[in-house]
Amino acid sequence: MAWVTQTLSSSLGRKVIMSLTGLFLSSFLIIHMAGNLQLFKGDGGRAFNEYTYFMTHNPLIMTVSYLLYTSILVHALMAFILTRYNQSSRPVKYAYSRPEANSDWSSRNMGILGTVLLLFIIIHMRTFWYEMHFGSVPMAEYDGKEYKDLYSVVQAAFGELWYVVLYVICMVAVGYHLAHGFQSGFQTLGIRHRKYTPIIEFLGKYFFAIIIPAAFASMPIYVYLQVHHII
Amino acid sequence: MKINLKVWRQKSSNAAGKLVEYQLDNVSEDMSFLEMFDVLNDSLTRKGEDPVTFDHDCREGICGMCSMYINGRPHGPQTGATTCQLHMRSFSDGDTIVVEPWRARAFPVIKDLMVDRTAFDRVIQAGGYVSVNTGSAPDANEILIPRSIADEAMDAAACIGCGACVAACKNASAMLFVSAKVSQLAILPQGKAEHKERAERMVAQMDAEGFGACSFTGACSVECPKSISLDHIARMNREYLGAQLTTENVQG
Repeated sequence: MAWVTQTLSSSLGRKVIMSLTGLFLSSFLIIHMAGNLQLFKGDGGRAFNEYTYFMTHNPLIMTVSYLLYTSILVHALMAFILTRYNQSSRPVKYAYSRPEANSDWSSRNMGILGTVLLLFIIIHMRTFWYEMHFGSVPMAEYDGKEYKDLYSVVQAAFGELWYVVLYVICMVAVGYHLAHGFQSGFQTLGIRHRKYTPIIEFLGKYFFAIIIPAAFASMPIYVYLQVHHII
Repeated sequence: MKINLKVWRQKSSNAAGKLVEYQLDNVSEDMSFLEMFDVLNDSLTRKGEDPVTFDHDCREGICGMCSMYINGRPHGPQTGATTCQLHMRSFSDGDTIVVEPWRARAFPVIKDLMVDRTAFDRVIQAGGYVSVNTGSAPDANEILIPRSIADEAMDAAACIGCGACVAACKNASAMLFVSAKVSQLAILPQGKAEHKERAERMVAQMDAEGFGACSFTGACSVECPKSISLDHIARMNREYLGAQLTTENVQG
């Protein structure tokens, strides 16, 4: 099996690991966003609580969630390894360099954007995931069945202005990360074609870099405005 | 025109280097960038100082020897051109121009602006060839190659191996160079026979030389004097992954 480790530890193999985990995480964002749209239902959180109950009890989704946690860790760890490796490839830096003349800022700063996202994921999981699994969440009852009222946790968190601002800033980072990351993932796998690459680029630049982060950012803003009776 | 230069001076590969300032008062805007350096070196020699060492050969943009990092960009502000094709009319009177060597672990500085690019030669030696005996020139159209394939192979073959891609890349990655060579041979019938082993060996050598990984910033293609396309990098990724997954070679 030496060839497997040899392939995966080559510079191209490491990028393939980044690509596969990254594209998997991108696909997760679609599900996560679609599910969280329940927050907009205006039914006091019932649809959202039923949705979170489903997400934490369906065996298939629970299995995929472990794959998701692993992907986040592998993506971050491999990014760290690659960044160190890439930095060592140029031990003496240029005294004067103008990278902005030949490349996008986001493409050169995926590591910084990724670090912001990792910190965000930690904060995000502490606030919701940890509370849902290990915290003391109040209960809500619909049709005689007990549900954990995660909606109340959402309201408490997004009722804080600084928390809303933090979320919106982090969603901007998601946008820039995916503007480069989504299409790069395909390039790494060698998927580049005159017919399909424009579609992939369009999806990356508009759907993953603008629509998804905007939809996520609208959630804390909406809940904040609702909690404070502004809308 | 008057030009202020800040040039990287380094006595040998082990010595510490630094940027040294020079002033040239009578630079013609019709001079090429290298001719401007000839004038500088002439004045340094007359003063008994050590002239600036830099690589150059054909001075018409086809040999790939010239290699200066000018004002923060490989081969200077022009696109699709080498340093020898850059003329002083691209600059203004009184400009300060910073000139550095390519910076990469795999390209150690030999002296001043001259770097050792034999890492590229070793990558080519690892697989950038066709090892079957091709014999005498075949008759025209004996081997049919579609026009689009011929054009694409020719675009890849335009790579002059100057190393601007490595110099431009934030990771000092050689992906554009190596992929141009892999691509050129992989899509032609003569090169197809060995395409898997070629991709495996050339990538392994590229990694062994200490070039970085590809972040797909696209800087290499923008700065390439021959405007080699990023399509070739995708093709090499495909070639390499396909080869690793399907060859019988399990040695690693």
